[in-house]
Amino acid sequence: MSIRVYIPRDAAALSVGAEAVAEAFRREAATRGQTVEIVRNGSRGMMWLEPLVEVETDQGRIAYGPVSARDVASLLEAGALQGGDHALRLGPTDQLDWMKRQQRLTFERIGVIDPLSLADYCAHGGLKGLKAALAMTPADVVEQVRLSGLRGRGGAGFPAGIKWKTVHDAAADRKYVVCNADEGDSGTFADRMIFEGDPFMLIEGMAIAAYAVGATKGFIYLRSEYPHAATAMESALNSAKQAGWIGRDAFGRGKPFDLELRIGAGAYICGEETSLLESLEGKRGIVRAKPPLPALSGLFGKPTLINNVLTLAAVPYILAEGGKSYADFGMGRSRGTLPVQLGGNVLHGGLIELAFGVSLREIIEGFGGGTASGRPIRAVQVGGPLGAYITEKELDLPMDYETLAANRAMLGHGGIVVFDDTVDMAKMARFAFHFCAKESCGKCTPCRIGATRGEETVAKIIAGTNVEANIAIVRDLCDVMTAGSLCAHGGLTPMPVLSAIDRFPEDFVPAERKTAAE
Amino acid sequence: MTVPVAWDENLAVELITERSALEGAMLPILHALQEKFGYVDSRAVAIVANTLNVSRAEVFGTISFYHDFKRQPPLGRTIKLCRAEACQARGAEELAAHLENSEGVQIDGGYHNGVRVETAFCLGNCALGPNALFDGDIFGKLDPQSLSELYAAASRKAGARQ
Repeated sequence: MSIRVYIPRDAAALSVGAEAVAEAFRREAATRGQTVEIVRNGSRGMMWLEPLVEVETDQGRIAYGPVSARDVASLLEAGALQGGDHALRLGPTDQLDWMKRQQRLTFERIGVIDPLSLADYCAHGGLKGLKAALAMTPADVVEQVRLSGLRGRGGAGFPAGIKWKTVHDAAADRKYVVCNADEGDSGTFADRMIFEGDPFMLIEGMAIAAYAVGATKGFIYLRSEYPHAATAMESALNSAKQAGWIGRDAFGRGKPFDLELRIGAGAYICGEETSLLESLEGKRGIVRAKPPLPALSGLFGKPTLINNVLTLAAVPYILAEGGKSYADFGMGRSRGTLPVQLGGNVLHGGLIELAFGVSLREIIEGFGGGTASGRPIRAVQVGGPLGAYITEKELDLPMDYETLAANRAMLGHGGIVVFDDTVDMAKMARFAFHFCAKESCGKCTPCRIGATRGEETVAKIIAGTNVEANIAIVRDLCDVMTAGSLCAHGGLTPMPVLSAIDRFPEDFVPAERKTAAE
Repeated sequence: MTVPVAWDENLAVELITERSALEGAMLPILHALQEKFGYVDSRAVAIVANTLNVSRAEVFGTISFYHDFKRQPPLGRTIKLCRAEACQARGAEELAAHLENSEGVQIDGGYHNGVRVETAFCLGNCALGPNALFDGDIFGKLDPQSLSELYAAASRKAGARQ
């Protein structure tokens, strides 16, 4: 009888040698005359244990990790295919503390199933949401999404139900649904994990969205830095087309839904929704002024529902279990769960899905186990390159849109990047401006010129030139950028800059004083 | 990664025409050209403009906007090294400086030993940085030794093609 072995094909696992591990399992099993069926699953999200190999046994799936190709022979000698003991044996995957303490709704199947098998998807609750949706009127589907309290997971946190209703109510001969998968924020990788670990879930979410708002065509706009995600989605789209849940008769009674994957071209700004639409239309990714809202005049001037991957991926659960059951999770106006991405200088980084309201400390210390370097935590950036840096003392803040905003921080896409005490916050402030300048679309002056002037001015501060006067200039510049930028790129760059200056003032004193103080 | 071929107008016309009926065909077309030839030749601009019924300025503007589209044939291979915040927190800047010092390559400069090292901002592997992307493969947990090995491997591959 062949034994089923799970070895992830998630890019994180591949980056630390999962391909070689899979190859070694095939080879070593064959030399021992054992037949193994290797399933290339997504990642469970315990990145420090990758490549995480799981063996299916009578006692459930037994995890071993991190496994290198060199370990495979000794694993087989130790009877790992029967769940045997070994230095790398972690125990049943479901019983691991990191997994047990999560509330996985969106990520329930990720790492569990074969991501490219439609049969496996359906056997694990896939398509339940779409079937439930198709049994309702489109307006009722929109109502379920509104009831769920789901908010845009891309960063802005706009209520999804309101956006859906706007597109639903717009009268037009053609409507679009667009998935924003231009996950460019440093510290985020949940979208990528969905593409590589459960692509059918996103397709199902988009099909539900298209049915609800009356769209006949969908686009997935994926960034070019994710080649593995593109391959997985291409394959999933083909299967979905063959199975007939995309195509001419997708929603029955001759109602079509066509879905295409498009690849970006290395422009961070295309994660901004109007810039993404310009890019899809084949133009420079220049931000549009709003209004008109994309919901009324979006792609090719037609009403367009544009949502982030995590937003659309939450939809199948909401339709399958009902909006209310999703809304039962969370706190305040942040309902449901948030897939938190923990990265940077952290011992145990990865994907943690929990209801809103968990504290940053619980995530970083409870799950993350502190820094990877073993040094004290000094700064934490929450919400991507445009999010604020906060201090170790503020880690008791809960993960909630409103609470973080009230504390001059933001949740963004749920990415957390940890820094130890070797970080120089003046350099991070300079980097924030540098990144803004590099990736600015150039349409509005505060962002296009402000970012460059900001980088130069922080460089002067670092060099110790007129420090106080230059800090005043940076603050003034940040005011202009916050108030005068067309989109969040220029408008939020002051977040990391000002949070660094305000919360870590000791890094912005003249160099000679800094040296004297040490 | 497929090995780029030399500019061939008929082939370019074919690639462009095949995709011209797509909605918003510009990016798929430019990607196809870049994939086939390794860059987007200036001679393609007029063909794309005519086919899509847009001005040459619009085509050129689109090509120049995106970091991915190159306007010169590649002189070797490219490594994308992540230098965004999460990788910085794990020592990406020190690693970049080490690479420049030990290999003599200038990041975002030109080709050196057949290899160009380009800054990338996030490859989506933020818990296992510093990261690099080469030939469609991702390399995590890079340290001075493994990055130098990757650089050497890229250099060998660049040499093998010439």
